[in-house]
Amino acid sequence: MSVMEQDSAGAPARASLMNDPKVRGYFYQVLLVVLLLTFGYIIVTNTVANLERQNIASGWGFLGNTAGFGIIQSLASYSETSSYGQAIFVGFLNTLLVAVVGIFCATIVGFVVGIARLSNNWVISRLAYCYVELIRNVPLLLQIFFWYFAVLRAVPGKREKWSLFDTFHLNIAGLRGPKPIWEPGAEFIGYALIIAIIATVAVSRWARKRQEETGQQFPMFWTAVGLIVGLPVITYFITGMPMQLEHPNFVETGPRLRQGFELGVGMNLIPEFLALTAALAIYTAAFIAEIVRAGIQAVSHGQTEAAHALGIRQGPTLRLVIIPQAMRVIIPPLTSQYLNLTKNSSLAVAIAFPDLVSVGGTVLNQTGQAIEIIGIWMAVYLSLSLLTSAFMNWYNQRMALVER
Amino acid sequence: MSKKILPLVLGAAMGVAASTAASATTLEDVKAKGFIQCGVSQGLPGFSNPDAQGNWTGLDVDLCRAMAAAVFGDASAVKFTPLSAKERFTALQSGEVDVLSRNTTWTMSRDTQLGLNFAGVNYYDGQGFMVRKDLGVTSALELSGASVCTNTGTTTELNVADYFRANNMPYEIVAFEKADEVVAAYDAGRCDVYTTDASGLYAQRLKLTNPGDHMVLPEIISKEPLGPVVRQGDDEWFNIAKWTLNAMINAEELGVTSENVDEMKSSDNPSIKRMLGVEGAFGESIGLSNDWAYNVLKNVGNYEETFNANVGPDTPLGISRGVNALWSNGGFLYAPPIR
Repeated sequence: MSVMEQDSAGAPARASLMNDPKVRGYFYQVLLVVLLLTFGYIIVTNTVANLERQNIASGWGFLGNTAGFGIIQSLASYSETSSYGQAIFVGFLNTLLVAVVGIFCATIVGFVVGIARLSNNWVISRLAYCYVELIRNVPLLLQIFFWYFAVLRAVPGKREKWSLFDTFHLNIAGLRGPKPIWEPGAEFIGYALIIAIIATVAVSRWARKRQEETGQQFPMFWTAVGLIVGLPVITYFITGMPMQLEHPNFVETGPRLRQGFELGVGMNLIPEFLALTAALAIYTAAFIAEIVRAGIQAVSHGQTEAAHALGIRQGPTLRLVIIPQAMRVIIPPLTSQYLNLTKNSSLAVAIAFPDLVSVGGTVLNQTGQAIEIIGIWMAVYLSLSLLTSAFMNWYNQRMALVER
Repeated sequence: MSKKILPLVLGAAMGVAASTAASATTLEDVKAKGFIQCGVSQGLPGFSNPDAQGNWTGLDVDLCRAMAAAVFGDASAVKFTPLSAKERFTALQSGEVDVLSRNTTWTMSRDTQLGLNFAGVNYYDGQGFMVRKDLGVTSALELSGASVCTNTGTTTELNVADYFRANNMPYEIVAFEKADEVVAAYDAGRCDVYTTDASGLYAQRLKLTNPGDHMVLPEIISKEPLGPVVRQGDDEWFNIAKWTLNAMINAEELGVTSENVDEMKSSDNPSIKRMLGVEGAFGESIGLSNDWAYNVLKNVGNYEETFNANVGPDTPLGISRGVNALWSNGGFLYAPPIR
């Protein structure tokens, strides 16, 4: 009351500095920052002092030492003689691989299930409903164990296989398929792909502009497919087919230990990777499905009716009217699901997939550098998450309603 | 004014609280709380394993009980913390446990870089391989191209890499966090080979669907001296751990058991008199009462007794003394004398 009276009286000039709300506000903010900094400083110095007192070595020098242990799957060159730093990098790439493949699969499954939930077909919508309720109510770790231990026991043992077209083979040691071996000249195929993508973007801009000006439509989808698939294929034949397929080698004779697939021949997706990616994708897809359903339902039904009144059919209505508007509701929560999937991939440690946490844990145990390793873990997951958010925010801005 | 003073006081209090590091010795801490916190494995039959009632048993567990008996005269004054291979050193360094008795291999890097001390060896082990009998493999040198299951963050992971590299054999390593998952994956046929310390192989084989279908190969590819670990820089506690183990080994050598320890108090043998505190003041020299070793033997027993009860030939593990026999019987066990 008194403050209001003062204001209305219009005489704040004589008020003491202590009662000035602005000054008080600054004071408490500065105080908070100082306290936080002091707290952080005390923690850091205390930790350093304790480490020294307990004679625990610290620093980053250990990253250059020889690791000495093997890693089952590596996207970068790695052997037992590589350094700890290289081992952690291999783990990081594996985490990235699971995250990217998982996000890709989860998005597709999630959108399909989310749209299926709204289907007029009773069976389809109930099936989608059951999927969502079953998957999102079972803990993820159990699902990972299910895919790894229960499904793993159902596939053939190491000395047998299930084959598809005699090209892809599944058994307990993984999913094997042909591995492309690139020969000189193969880099042109990559260049062709890049040119095709740039051309697709350019053509699509031109087509949109033309449609806005003249109303004429352009078969953009088929043009894009033709460019992106066609151009590299043509280049492949022009450069004299500089790629060969290395098929996995299944040994059926000789000592029993050597029977089965030969190590290092052909491409192999290890079962740990398959189980982890499947579990993460299926789990996250259930949440994405709900987000998609909510997003579509958030678009008022009048939009559908208006589109139908204009003579637009069901499919294009969904694609051109509903989904673009629903995306504005979908993208922010979708971002959190992508972040969740990336962070949940650290559960890999339970089933022997060599991700960042698993490899980092091994390094931690060999070197004892707990603080440094945990620092690396946190920094990597933080940067991955911030990058994902930044990208999704950018995409969200693009999709946002443009006010004219 | 009071509004401004409060945060300052709080901040100062926080600062003081954070900068007062615990300065009491481990023995004082242990005596104050009334029990020893002992880090053990998450379940390795014969070494540290909880039974159906949740009571921990095993060779490593008995060492912790013996330390509790030495400090308190009560072998039950001990609480157990199951630790994974990955957590164990951090748990000890941070003071979460007072002693780590968890089939931990004594290596130079662990002894020198982690701020820890190994107080001796209570089991001489070595790394071995287990395979299915139907593979027809009789030697580890035939394992070229095999996939190998093991635990992450152990010396076994490094030894197996060294061994396969040294013999120029390709291999594939599948490394799990927990021993139970290694066993499950090996049992499911994910791997051809399961490798860990030989004692562990015998113990884990009991958990397989058909233990009889599996065999341990004769090669031992590494030295794995397993023993209790304490924090570096607390020599008093280090001495207690070291001499509790030595007392158990010396007692076996002198023929003192949990059953005859009372009669042995009146023995004429001066070595026994010194050990049991009848002569001299050896208990006081490590900060305990003079009947510390008597309490250990009365409550837990000598090394032979704990070995036979937990891993010996009459247990499911059926491990013979081998290199873990006394030096006088052709083994490695040799404790410095108490005098």
